[in-house]
Amino acid sequence: MSQKLEVKLTVNGRDYVLSLEPRWTLADVLREHCGLTGTHLGCEHGVCGACTVMIDGQAVRSCLMFAVQAQGKAIVTVEGLAGPGGELHPLQQAFIDHHALQCGFCTPGFLMLAHATLLESPDIDDEALIDILASNLCRCTGYKNILAAVKTAAAVMKARRRQP
Amino acid sequence: MTGASVTAFEKGKTRVFGRSVSRIEDLPLVTGRGRYVADLDFPRQIHMRVVRSEEAHGRIVAIRLDAARAVPGVVAVWTHADIAGLPPIDFRDPAAEALKPYRQPLLAKGVVRYVGEPVAVVLAESPYVAEDAAELVAVEVEALPPLLDAAAPPAAFAPGLSTEALELSQEYGDVAAAFREAHCIVEAELSIGRHSGVPMECRGAIGRYDAAYDVLELWGAAKVPHRNREALARFFGRPSSSVQLHECHVGGGFGIRGELYPEDFLVCAASMRLGCPVKWIEDRREHLIAANHSRQQHHRVRAAVDAEGRILALEDAIFLDQGAYVRTHGARVLDLTLAMLPGPYRVPAFRAVGHFRLTNKTPAATYRAPGRYEGTFVRERLLDAIAARLGLDGVAIRRRNLIASNEMPYARQLTANGHPIILDSGDYAGLLRAALEAFGWEETEARLRERRAAGEFVGAGLSFFLEKSGQGPSDSALVSVDSGGFVEVVTGGASLGQGFETAMAQICAETLGVDYRRVRVVHGQTDRIRFGIGAHASRATVMTGGAVHAAASEVRRKALAQASVLLQAPADELDIVEGRVVRRDAPMGASISLGELSRASGPGRDGAGNGMPGLYSESWFHTEGMAFPYGVHIAVVRVDRATGQVAVERYFVATDVGRAVNPMMVEGQITGGVVQGLGGALYEEFRYDAAGQPLSATFAAYLMPTMREAPKVEVLIAEDAPSPNNPLGIKGVGEGGCTGAGAAIASAIDAAIGRPGAVTALPATPERVLSLLEAARR
Amino acid sequence: MKPAPFDYHAARTVEEAVALLAEYADRDGRIIAGGQSFVPMMAFRLARPSHVIDINGIAALGRLAVEGEVLRIGAVVRHAALETLGCAGVLGRLLSQMARLIAHKPIRNRGTFCGSIVNADPAAEWCLAAVTLGAEIVAQSVREIRVLGADGFFTGAMTTTLAPDELVTECRIPLLRDGTRFGFDEVSRRAGDFAMAAALATYRVEDGRIVEPRIGVGGVEPCPKRIAAAEARLAGAAPDHRLFAAAASEAAAAVEPMDDGEASRGYRQRLVRAVVTRALERSLS
Repeated sequence: MSQKLEVKLTVNGRDYVLSLEPRWTLADVLREHCGLTGTHLGCEHGVCGACTVMIDGQAVRSCLMFAVQAQGKAIVTVEGLAGPGGELHPLQQAFIDHHALQCGFCTPGFLMLAHATLLESPDIDDEALIDILASNLCRCTGYKNILAAVKTAAAVMKARRRQP
Repeated sequence: MTGASVTAFEKGKTRVFGRSVSRIEDLPLVTGRGRYVADLDFPRQIHMRVVRSEEAHGRIVAIRLDAARAVPGVVAVWTHADIAGLPPIDFRDPAAEALKPYRQPLLAKGVVRYVGEPVAVVLAESPYVAEDAAELVAVEVEALPPLLDAAAPPAAFAPGLSTEALELSQEYGDVAAAFREAHCIVEAELSIGRHSGVPMECRGAIGRYDAAYDVLELWGAAKVPHRNREALARFFGRPSSSVQLHECHVGGGFGIRGELYPEDFLVCAASMRLGCPVKWIEDRREHLIAANHSRQQHHRVRAAVDAEGRILALEDAIFLDQGAYVRTHGARVLDLTLAMLPGPYRVPAFRAVGHFRLTNKTPAATYRAPGRYEGTFVRERLLDAIAARLGLDGVAIRRRNLIASNEMPYARQLTANGHPIILDSGDYAGLLRAALEAFGWEETEARLRERRAAGEFVGAGLSFFLEKSGQGPSDSALVSVDSGGFVEVVTGGASLGQGFETAMAQICAETLGVDYRRVRVVHGQTDRIRFGIGAHASRATVMTGGAVHAAASEVRRKALAQASVLLQAPADELDIVEGRVVRRDAPMGASISLGELSRASGPGRDGAGNGMPGLYSESWFHTEGMAFPYGVHIAVVRVDRATGQVAVERYFVATDVGRAVNPMMVEGQITGGVVQGLGGALYEEFRYDAAGQPLSATFAAYLMPTMREAPKVEVLIAEDAPSPNNPLGIKGVGEGGCTGAGAAIASAIDAAIGRPGAVTALPATPERVLSLLEAARR
Repeated sequence: MKPAPFDYHAARTVEEAVALLAEYADRDGRIIAGGQSFVPMMAFRLARPSHVIDINGIAALGRLAVEGEVLRIGAVVRHAALETLGCAGVLGRLLSQMARLIAHKPIRNRGTFCGSIVNADPAAEWCLAAVTLGAEIVAQSVREIRVLGADGFFTGAMTTTLAPDELVTECRIPLLRDGTRFGFDEVSRRAGDFAMAAALATYRVEDGRIVEPRIGVGGVEPCPKRIAAAEARLAGAAPDHRLFAAAASEAAAAVEPMDDGEASRGYRQRLVRAVVTRALERSLS
């Protein structure tokens, strides 16, 4: 019945060869076929941002893309954020330190959004940062600590770049 | 423990209690290793999809299933006829007999009563296939006129049954005399919009029946797993020991998640009948039309006051829009609205009548600060109106009416859930003073006056809230230390993201003298502990915390008694530091670890003696009285004169929490609560058209605040009035951030547009505010 | 909220895309570009194409360049590319200001200019820009290539004159002459939400007088439109606050707003006055 396509996805540096129905969203395939359930589905219509992943360096809603469209692209999910030895990324550490999460459901989306943002604009100012972070919804924290965490992580990353 | 007047942990002398330590929950959540119910799979599981009514009200003429059943991969399709033997969903607690006919069937029975009502279910091999087949279920409905206004005259719910399911009232004092003798009577007509908790994770449930051991499991439980176990056992006529509920990570609760809904029963029934695990994951559109709504109330309220603005009597008629059925809470929200309406004020005479009315909308129940968000809006609006009438300012009118600290404990002559309201402790006026000073009320008001004179529409408003928390009567916990010195705390509590594990670990660690990171906290697993209260109504930290403290105290006593033999020193000369028992007078001298003590006291070992072996205790905490947190909200808003949009420039909350277990987490609770409260005040509303079609069924239409709309909430945590009703002095903190937000925002908008009492309805949408502003300028 | 089944075709050339479209158009074969409006429609099953033709792999459609007196925006140029547009002078600055108000960054990273035009949401920033600035829309099918003026392209909310077998390959916007002043304003409930009203104003000043004024209003009626009466009020007059207020009043009087529950007719009317005033005020800064 439904068409199935052989697709190779590259997620967190690892290749997954999968047989996929075209209608399967990238979010569903990451979760159900790659076993990467850190990418969450909060609305499936592109508003909440819980499913945000990084594709070729840019933050993208993985619920608004079909997995077959992601072939040949470098996909990074929250599982790929920590270092190879499991050492936390400065964003992850800052989220813990600043109590920037409560239930944690929106957290992977915010982390990936912030990660892509700081890669693209390491010196981003507060207003521009708020504009970008306003793209994702959080229902627990009231956002204050998320902003503080991202700003702290940005400072840590900048300091690390200065003294390698 | 009841009535303890001194808290267990002396302020300033604690190691981890009262400190802002980082959370033990966080590591899996920031690395993508959390396990929410959607992340969980069982072998051979199938997926359920619910076919929902597209009509607000109508008679079901026919349901055609053939096309759906023919879809490859479909296992079964059920309507009410297939589960006709199963009863409607019962109330969690005993409720009025009159409410029984209004309970919701698992699947619509002959009539549909709201858009979103489950009519049929499709069980299939994948969620995609289940949704394909669900589309093919044809439900033919003969439309009936929908009832959409709870303040309109009631209609017939069914033959001989009114849509007014219940009238509740509470009353004390001579209300009639007070109104006769009043200096003046101040009236208001106020309404609160329909909105709800809307957690970021939608609901989900996996039913799994293990025929080998005859055990029914429900995964994806939340909030009140133990009580839901009893409800499920009653529903299916099973021994409760054969029903096990399991909580996964929960993506926010806010009162709406974790109640039993039709889908929870359906996955259980299907798993038993079909012999395989059945998984249901709600989608967002479903969530917005099927999960509990809340808050929609209309009030006609009036106060009798004397010439100085002292309240002599309060009278209110409340119309609560319950939606289409009465769910697990019965009329709880209405009861709480009545009970908490007078709040922190002296109200010599009181009468409130609540009309509990059904309409053709999604059923409603509790949402963070149920009845208090609504009642605080009403009461504080009325206070503002009294102030305006008598030419007083908002601070003065409140000072004049607040209950004084020397009147505590204060018996209110009202009941909440049948329990008498006895305000335990508090210095309301003192906190108001501290709040105004910390906020800089005088300076801010002066600056705002200048800005208004310069043409800006800016203003500040405040509200005083009274919350309730820690309702007993009892909870238990198990604390044990293993041979490695690691501690396990088993509770019947629940975690909805609020930091439950960390709070319990802190209480246990402080009591026992161990590193809180060596404490593992179990919650939400009915097979680990017999009883549990879960996490709701800001009671987890008070009640379960009390039980953890009691159990850890007992383990400590045991450890010291054993160590006293080994270290040859009286137990009261010993202390436990970092998991080792030491002599107080020689902390660097001989010591023995809790792990060694655990080993030595294991079953059959010498140290076990004749008592219960091991470093282990199951203990209970009992309390009669509730703890009543309170606080002040202050908002500064700017109104756009051309569009009516409201921007919140500043937001401040002062709250007395008795004792803060973890100030960072308390602040987190308050801040998050404020932004939810602000959502209901300015943005969020479940709207319906005239036919009862929901207009807010997407996240593009149901508007929750983003970081751009959220103010940077400032929080002042006070610990001036520890609760005498628990040994730690704690008052719950889960709700107060939300409670006062609608009232404070409304008051600030009034001030900004220079028209006291202007805001009478929430949410204060730009369109509404612009109309008020234009009326004010005329 | 899982999309209905469809067959997927990754087109590598425009010719291949229009051939596929010709083959599947009568079975609701549809083009996917950014998918940021289309995929949600599919998730709600409001759109259920049998065939989806993906044009993201067609390199030629990624072109964003000034040619002669027009800016050419290919069919897979993302909103984000316009945010940082370094060329096209005044027009480039105008478009990058507007781009920043479209939804949110992750949506802009994927959504496309041309997709927004084809989607024809009444409140879309790009539809307003296209109508106000006199853009041309290039529609290609196996039958022909048509160049359509934006004025007249939109026929109602979410509807256009595009035929089912036509692919919009690019949009062309005339450059704005040096010295053109512009201002844009929109009102939405939250940051990133669709506007309840939006206005775009451009004009030049010669000898202290306004020439070539353009006032466009979006999010108010089913299609964005220019307001001739407001433009007439501006033409030949000296730009000042009173004039702007008068033009805004003309605009408010000239619209017949939608009433969609989110905002009533009367409220939208008042918003038109607000956004036109502010768009014009911004032209001074």
